Amino acid sequence: MSVELDVFVGNTTIMDEEVYQFWLDGYTVNDAVKVRMEGGVLEECEASAEVLRSDTMDQYRTFQMCERLLHSPAKLANQLLFQIPPHRQTMLIERYYTFDGVFVREVLGKKLSKGTKKDLDDVSAKTGVTLKSCRRQFDNFKRVFKVVEELKGPLVENIRQHFLLSDKLARDYAAIVFFANNRFETGKKKLHYLTFQDFAFCAGQLISNWTVGALDNMLEDMDVDLEKEFLQDLKELKILITDKDLLDQHKSLVCTALRGKTKAFNEMEANFKNLSRGLVNIAAKLTNTKDVRDFFIDLVEKFIEPCRSDKWTAGDMRLYLTHYTNSAHILDTFKHQVVWDRYMGVIKSCILKMYHD
Amino acid sequence: MPGKLKAKIVAGRHLPVMDRASDLTDAFVEVKFGNTTFKTDVFPKSLNPQWNSEWFKFEVDDEDLQDEPLQITVLDHDTYSANDAIGKVYIDIDPLLSCEAATVISGWLPIYDTIHGIRGEINVLVKVDLFNDLNRFRQSSCGVKFFCTTSIPRCYRVALVHGFVEELVVNEDPEYQWIDRIRTPRASNEARQRLISLMSGELQRKIGLKVLEMGGNAVVGYLQCFDLEGESGLVVRAIGTACTLDKLSPGTAPNTTTHTNTHTLPNTAPTSNACNSPSKDSKEPVFSEDPPHSLSGPPTPLRTLPSSSPPPFSPSKPCSRQSSSSDTDLSLTPRIGMGSGGSVGKEAGPLKTLLRQHTQSALEQREFPIFTLTCFPPGFLVHVGGVVSTRSVKLLDRIHNPDEPETRDAWWEEIRQEIKSHAKALGCHAVVGYSESTSICEEVCILSASGTAAMLNPRFMREGCLDTGGSDHRLSRQPHPGMVGSERGEGEVSSTWLGFEDASPPSCGFVHIPYDEFNMPFPAQLTYCYHCRRQKVPDVLFTTIDLPAEAEVTGKGCLIQARLCRTKKKAQGEVNATSISNLLPFMEYELHTQLMNKLKLRSMNALFGLRIQISVGENMLLGLASATGVYLSALPAPGGIQIAGKTPSDLSYDQHISTMQKRIDDTIAKNKELYNIHPPECIEEVVGSPIPDRQRSSRLFRSTSESSDELSELDLSHGKKDAFVLEIDDTDAVEDIQSLLTDAPIPAGFYSCNTEVMPGIHNWTSGLQMFTSVRVYRLSNANLTNQGLNKIFTDLCENLLKSLYFKLRSMIPCCLCHLNFTVAVPEEELIQVAVTAVAMSFDKETQQAADKALTRGSGENEEQLQFSMEMCGESTISNNQPTAKPSGVPESAMVHSSRDRCSTWLELLRLKAHTIRRGSVKTISSSERCSPLPEGRSRSLRSTRSLPCGAPVTVVKMTPLSFLPGTRIVKYLGIINMFFIRETTSLREEGGVSGFLHSFIAEVFAMVRAHVAALGGNALVSYSMKECVFMENPNKNQAQCLINVSGDAVIFIRESDQEAIPPLLTSRQTSSTGADGTT
Repeated sequence: MSVELDVFVGNTTIMDEEVYQFWLDGYTVNDAVKVRMEGGVLEECEASAEVLRSDTMDQYRTFQMCERLLHSPAKLANQLLFQIPPHRQTMLIERYYTFDGVFVREVLGKKLSKGTKKDLDDVSAKTGVTLKSCRRQFDNFKRVFKVVEELKGPLVENIRQHFLLSDKLARDYAAIVFFANNRFETGKKKLHYLTFQDFAFCAGQLISNWTVGALDNMLEDMDVDLEKEFLQDLKELKILITDKDLLDQHKSLVCTALRGKTKAFNEMEANFKNLSRGLVNIAAKLTNTKDVRDFFIDLVEKFIEPCRSDKWTAGDMRLYLTHYTNSAHILDTFKHQVVWDRYMGVIKSCILKMYHD
Repeated sequence: MPGKLKAKIVAGRHLPVMDRASDLTDAFVEVKFGNTTFKTDVFPKSLNPQWNSEWFKFEVDDEDLQDEPLQITVLDHDTYSANDAIGKVYIDIDPLLSCEAATVISGWLPIYDTIHGIRGEINVLVKVDLFNDLNRFRQSSCGVKFFCTTSIPRCYRVALVHGFVEELVVNEDPEYQWIDRIRTPRASNEARQRLISLMSGELQRKIGLKVLEMGGNAVVGYLQCFDLEGESGLVVRAIGTACTLDKLSPGTAPNTTTHTNTHTLPNTAPTSNACNSPSKDSKEPVFSEDPPHSLSGPPTPLRTLPSSSPPPFSPSKPCSRQSSSSDTDLSLTPRIGMGSGGSVGKEAGPLKTLLRQHTQSALEQREFPIFTLTCFPPGFLVHVGGVVSTRSVKLLDRIHNPDEPETRDAWWEEIRQEIKSHAKALGCHAVVGYSESTSICEEVCILSASGTAAMLNPRFMREGCLDTGGSDHRLSRQPHPGMVGSERGEGEVSSTWLGFEDASPPSCGFVHIPYDEFNMPFPAQLTYCYHCRRQKVPDVLFTTIDLPAEAEVTGKGCLIQARLCRTKKKAQGEVNATSISNLLPFMEYELHTQLMNKLKLRSMNALFGLRIQISVGENMLLGLASATGVYLSALPAPGGIQIAGKTPSDLSYDQHISTMQKRIDDTIAKNKELYNIHPPECIEEVVGSPIPDRQRSSRLFRSTSESSDELSELDLSHGKKDAFVLEIDDTDAVEDIQSLLTDAPIPAGFYSCNTEVMPGIHNWTSGLQMFTSVRVYRLSNANLTNQGLNKIFTDLCENLLKSLYFKLRSMIPCCLCHLNFTVAVPEEELIQVAVTAVAMSFDKETQQAADKALTRGSGENEEQLQFSMEMCGESTISNNQPTAKPSGVPESAMVHSSRDRCSTWLELLRLKAHTIRRGSVKTISSSERCSPLPEGRSRSLRSTRSLPCGAPVTVVKMTPLSFLPGTRIVKYLGIINMFFIRETTSLREEGGVSGFLHSFIAEVFAMVRAHVAALGGNALVSYSMKECVFMENPNKNQAQCLINVSGDAVIFIRESDQEAIPPLLTSRQTSSTGADGTT
């Protein structure tokens, strides 16, 4: 005797969050049943493996049928096929668009193209995330990217409205889109210690300070691209390192302020010029797309690594960057205060975020 | 031209991409009614077109309005080739034809295609202007209300029950016409859908006409079925109970409405003479305390009671085997009378005369004193005799003249006559809880009918029965304050509350035997009623109805199923029919034995909602009996189950037996605990019973060993002699015991029943989940024995139940109500089981308290009850006080403003509801005061109803029950009766058979919900899936499925809000009477 057909349809669609997670994680029905059995649902409800299997299959089918709707979450609310209470809808969408930190770290900054998709099996092998789940996550990135690409207005808001995601998740997606669009390099070995959340934070800073949408009103353009004019203006900062007087003046101001406040004072004093050159050079080069891509690697190589080898503490870093930024205002021949602040504000918070082991 | 139908096409959304090049669609809409078609403009290049069309007007006969559906077809415009159809929407406009139902259909309806399923939605507006037609010879029956609900719909009261109405129409099945060879599957499916829609419209109109003729204005318990007879045609048939219903008009107390309503009702005209006019005298014999039949015996005190015997199973009447000869050449068989049926043949002379006297009654003069209702106003049922059922095997032939469906009519007529005569044999004059069904395999068709023989209170049948005063209350189904949330409870109050003129005390009267004690139609053990101790009751009672509101139950009930599989040889034509009809009695008998054993095992003594389904396949017959077992306090406690071996000398054998006996005893004890059955111990138990206890318990089993069902006389004699119980030498018996003990226990926290609600559970929460589950099993091994098949079938049902429990575990504590199993044998070696039910969660904490509150002594009179109600109210006040603080001044200020605004029907209704809830005279003044809170609620309701198109979809609840716990149904919007076909030629791509059926059922639900919402409703009650025919051809990658669903669209409002009101009212009434007086 074999079960040829087995369906269960409720007027209110029944969905088990646990099974949903298995489905999202790309478990096969068999694997999901195995895990569930180990989880002890059976004893709890006096059910047999057969029952569990039937239930799992049924749920998987339901999710598959829902998947089409989840691709455009707004439809989920006014479709008629499944009667799902609003809070469940939110859960379904949120979970569907949630991604694995390890996975996103692998594709962050890569072009969301077919080529990348082909390499997902390597990613899957490397991260331990099932290929199915990798594909779903990748497709999610791509889908969000495609939709917001053509939209005007603030990125995060667009994502939130179109995909009905929570604020947190919308911000993460904004970061992913932003990274993919600017193709920031994140895969170099030196950057491996950084988590997705580090990058997401930096992306947030960049989006809200360095893009067109950041200062202008939202009508202009979307805020996926860095503002060209601003990048041009950054070239002017070069004077801080090319003008010898200015550089010395800056150094002495910073050192005066720091003296006695930190153990790493000597290293700071010794390295000041190098570090300052590093930061200003990064700024000056950002007009080149290629250098934009290397933004994070440059930050690490030119600034974070030297500091780390000198054993600065996080407090030292904060102190140094604060005074370094503020002291530039006292330089009477330095005229680019606004650009400087806009640049250093982001750099400071990015470095602080990235300065860890 | 008495009607103008108007339709407006507003917009579409989520349309499929029809033009691959542009990824868009150029959609337009055809609106068709009858032979008239209108078209909208093409809305180019959009998946969300906004047509915003003009009003398309159709001027049509009301006859057509009833028959025809409005057909809306969405197409993709194509300049060069033919336009592609996207899909269709059929709109049944019947709900718009009754002034009390819906007034407009407006909303998003799924666009459906039989090949692709739902393809987007369309927003439409439909209205009807109906002109009055006073033509006496009219063919239409607009305005007759239809209800699937098998009880008096809430918010109506029954003025008169006219009785049975039936009709059937036949046609050729389009799928079997020659043209089907050349047209596409889509065209064929659509032709079928359209035809069935037309036929059900026509059927409903014809039934309506009959109702008008009888003088009624509504059909309750409307049951429509399709018989897909294949080559020989398509039969659509319906049965129902014609009633005159009065809408409980808002703002008036029931007392006052009674008079005005009945007299203004145009339909209770003299036309109903035939049915209702019989004089009072002629009825007296039936219902009076001292019936004439007592003359036929010695005038012992006992005789004066309308006593009776139980409806035990007497397999079939002696003549059943031969009955084929008496029929036409087609009907090859035995109609099996269950319970009562067998008795007919051996009636003693005196009984026959008695019966004749019974026939004198007015009811009997009707053609069929049959009622499809399963739930009655208190006092309606006087006595219940037992289950009566009939089956008949027929050979189908082509229906030659669709306009004269005489053969089919005759078949059913025959069956109903048989049912009626069975009822007579049980000393009853009516059949209630009646239903009909068919099972078709190739050209063989089993027609089945079953019901419960009963004596009814003539008051409900009589013209102008509505004498004022108490009886009116009894007729209406209004809730009373004491009973919170439980509809059943409400009924209970009103019955006790009003007292009864009838002889039998209200809570036990219906179990008293209606037949003559000394001329019992079948063997049975009688005892004095455990409740009133005055009249005789049987030891077990089987019925097809719901548990009457007034019944007193000990503990809880549970679902009891008997399952049976019988192989048969493949055969053709008459040979086949004969072999089937020969098998039927055995099946019925075995099912009955199983039921009885399982009932005893659960220590219960009555079955309600009994439904026995026998399905025929090419090489087997399936039998499935489902019922809800309960312990009726008025009936004697069931004896235990004893087993005995044939060779008691053997020691090890004895041991074996004693272990088995122990297992059985343990199970019984466990079940008693589980179902909370702890009847008060009764010492004088034997008093009324002519047979000692041990024998009683044995008798039922004894018959197990006796396989000849026809020998009911033998049966009778056996019943009186022996002492042995169950011989386990007998393989059948071993199997029985096995099946008894293998029934898996229900997981903790779950209860199940197949009736409307579970006896013993009252405090339902609003947690509700209706579901349908379908399984198809393939029997891998072709040459299975009966026993093997039985095991498989039982496992199948048990596993299905287990799955359901598992799925619904989050709702614990919960009860699966109205569990309705349907079995079929779609192909050789395939068994299909479909289950529809509703899971309702209840509140465990308050269960105990509620139990206590609801146990009512029978002697309670009005004063007592009112007192307790007041108490309830008081206690709730104290609970609610903190939350309900903002009463007092601001609220009373609101009162006035709201009273002025209180113009919507809803508010009026609610006012009314409150008046009723207060349930007494003094309320009339308080009705004004109770408006503020409803006002707030009605606003919220209105806001949900007037949702703009793009807003979230209205939640539509669905339930097979006639009510939603914790809510009040304020309006019935009309019947929903939909038929869909879905076909696929890419089965694998759609996820195999399961994927295909899963999405189809989901789509059907979605369409039902959308149509309910478009009528303005927020729930579908009395939902049922009457047909789910699934066919597959995996080799061709094809599958087809037909589904027919029905129910009543309603608007409900949450009772929880209202719960808060009575206490508030009371408090204000007591505290601020002076203030009110001044306002």
